[in-house]
Amino acid sequence: MARDKLSMNIVVAGHVDHGKSTVIGRLLADAGALPEGKLESIRELCRRNAKPFEYAFLLDALKDERAQGITIDTARCFFETEKRKYIIIDAPGHIEFLKNMITGASRAEAALLVIDAAEGICENSRRHGYMLEMLGIRQIAVLVNKIDLVDRSRETYEKIKREYAEFLATIGIAPAAFIPVSATEGDNIAFPSELTPWYDGPTVLGQLDLFEGGDNTGGSELPLRIPVEDVYKFTEGGDDRRIVAGMCESGTLRAGDQVVFYPSRKTTVVNSLEEWFMDADSSRRPREFSAGKACGFTMTTQIYVRRGEIACLAGEKPPEIGRAFRASIFWLGRSPLVPGKEYVIKSCTAKTPCRVTKIHSVLDASTLEKNPAAAEAKKNDIADCTFVCEKELAFDIGAALPTTGRFVIVDEYEISGGGIITEALGAGDTGSAASSAAVTPGERARYLRQKPVTVSVQTEEYGRKLERRLFEEGRIPYYAARLSDEQRNALTGAGVIVLTHGDAEVTTTGDMNADVTAILLATDNALEV
Amino acid sequence: MQYSHLDMLESKSIHILRESYSAFRNLCMLWSIGKDSTVLLCLARKAFYGHVPFPLVHVDTHYKIPEMIEYRDRLAMEWNLDMIYGENREALENRETFPDGNATRIECCRRLKTEALTHTLAGDWPRYRLNHATGKYEEDSDREPFTGVIVGVRADEEGSRSKERTFSPRDRAGDWDADDQPPEFWGQYKTDFAPGTHVRIHPLLDWTEVDIWEYIRREGVPVVSLYFNQGDGKRYRSLGCWPCTKPVDSDASTLDEIIEELKSGKFARVAERSGREQDKEDGGGLEELRRGGYM
Repeated sequence: MARDKLSMNIVVAGHVDHGKSTVIGRLLADAGALPEGKLESIRELCRRNAKPFEYAFLLDALKDERAQGITIDTARCFFETEKRKYIIIDAPGHIEFLKNMITGASRAEAALLVIDAAEGICENSRRHGYMLEMLGIRQIAVLVNKIDLVDRSRETYEKIKREYAEFLATIGIAPAAFIPVSATEGDNIAFPSELTPWYDGPTVLGQLDLFEGGDNTGGSELPLRIPVEDVYKFTEGGDDRRIVAGMCESGTLRAGDQVVFYPSRKTTVVNSLEEWFMDADSSRRPREFSAGKACGFTMTTQIYVRRGEIACLAGEKPPEIGRAFRASIFWLGRSPLVPGKEYVIKSCTAKTPCRVTKIHSVLDASTLEKNPAAAEAKKNDIADCTFVCEKELAFDIGAALPTTGRFVIVDEYEISGGGIITEALGAGDTGSAASSAAVTPGERARYLRQKPVTVSVQTEEYGRKLERRLFEEGRIPYYAARLSDEQRNALTGAGVIVLTHGDAEVTTTGDMNADVTAILLATDNALEV
Repeated sequence: MQYSHLDMLESKSIHILRESYSAFRNLCMLWSIGKDSTVLLCLARKAFYGHVPFPLVHVDTHYKIPEMIEYRDRLAMEWNLDMIYGENREALENRETFPDGNATRIECCRRLKTEALTHTLAGDWPRYRLNHATGKYEEDSDREPFTGVIVGVRADEEGSRSKERTFSPRDRAGDWDADDQPPEFWGQYKTDFAPGTHVRIHPLLDWTEVDIWEYIRREGVPVVSLYFNQGDGKRYRSLGCWPCTKPVDSDASTLDEIIEELKSGKFARVAERSGREQDKEDGGGLEELRRGGYM
């Protein structure tokens, strides 16, 4: 059997009205990817409504868009060539809908950036270019569209090419091609145009197949990063496996590997790689898991790990561990990003409250003007900020490991921004706005990763053993045979798990495993955000 | 290791299912008995290692082809599924349906599917839960509303679905605000919600019809025999209620033949839902239904 084709997501970006939807409509039509009768039915619809036919109408599935004539949200179109399957994502060009552009573009591995030959480079031509770079898309082809409106002038094409290539160079992107096209007339979309004899590069369709990669391949040679989504134990039907589940973001994992979970630094050995098949005797049992796989494994020792940690390989480059970092962010929120306000960060599966302690500068992506004095980042701004989190996080520097080096910022209930970590910071260099307020019990509990609790034990020997077990689970326990009320309050006030005799919140049973589990559960509540 | 196109689709969908399970306390999955939601069900069994840790909800319009219900209950027993169904009892009793001649197709869809679904999810109409000891459905005492609902829609099915988010919030009235959807990037979804809202979760958005069939063939997913030509030269390409779904002319009687027919044969360029009559009744009817909660 022939090898399956890979697929690639392509985003089409650019300024409003520069012809993105028309490019896609024309591409689908000329590549023969439309359902039978689709083109005819839209021509018919246009005739009935006395409107001139446009290829963009093919994409305007929603009534509102047909009425307003602009793309509001990203739409996906599917087609394939001899080489690959493509999902073409139509990104809106209106500044109002930047969050939708980002939603579409973040799924893509390559981009077509459309610029109107007559109008030239506009605000969102640059902003979208900048956003593509931040989202990690390095393969970009620029389409100089509506070339028929400037009499297919080579001079106009060269001028736009020169100016835009210069802009892309400042953000470190070397475009794959500049293609002069007319989406309405069909020049250089699927067929080379005889009317632009001065252009001998690929057509748009040809360029798609020239892009490299597909299906987010790659990353298996990088250090292992599996952010833990959950630890499953489904007892139904006598299943007693405890499976650590998560997406393999980079690297490769095999049975027998020694893994370290960060930030807890707990370590264990992989007992088995787990994958379920309908056919129990499947010959497809995995020998390794690598980047891109939703995987799961069991451990040789039953250590306590939870969602938010990252499984890494002992001996490979470990992630950074800390509460503070510097990041380059884009802001989408209705209200501006301000220092001091509490937000929530989601980085892979970890989640923590955080504050911006300093905004170093704010960049207007349409002009590339940097403002070092800005007090806040407004909607659609790009900013360089220092973040301080309440909980310790494991993360990477975005330039080295993109998927574990980025995060989103939640304001109230909404994802309001995204950031790429540029530098890990120590406790000393987190900026000037450190809070002077007293440390709250909640902050302390989140920092220590435990809620203080008192535990009663029967004997000193058992108390000492329990103390050791909890300590090895990463907790801070303290056994004391006799404590006054003041001493007990001081210890719990300091966030410690107090093991003693007499009345307590948790009473032990003498079954070590059951007691440890009960105590861990009682101290865990603090970790919910 | 080089993963295939199907491997990558599978992993992304499993990731979405696991994220949903972590994010929602009251989670359920809609199972229409069709091929897409059955693939989704098998992806859930893969994500949770043979278990399905949330209930499956089916909206019974009572106009489904009988074989579909039989198949639903057989798999529910075999796979030990927590199976729930709901219905619009009042509309059925008062015969306010299209087959009874008392509603247009779109009105009928709204009553028997959209309204039944909305109220079954909210828990203000009765839910019927499969008792595995007796094999019978019993009215469920649990009326907690579901806050996360996993649905097997695909972006390539028809226009309005191509713009769906993976995690798509619905407000208190169940409405979909297609013009102001939350941003979604880097595998991070909107999982924080104001009380009273609920979320539709769409793990299959990036799958095409051909992907679904190739996955069914690769994994051995059982599908209803109505999808295959039984010798009369007809098969169903998309399943719905019998009064509004027509079989297509096709000789395809095996998975290989179905895939061949879709890839390069007679259906390579014909829309999948061309046998669904409700799609044709009104220019923007489906989008209207989707805003109101239709799948």
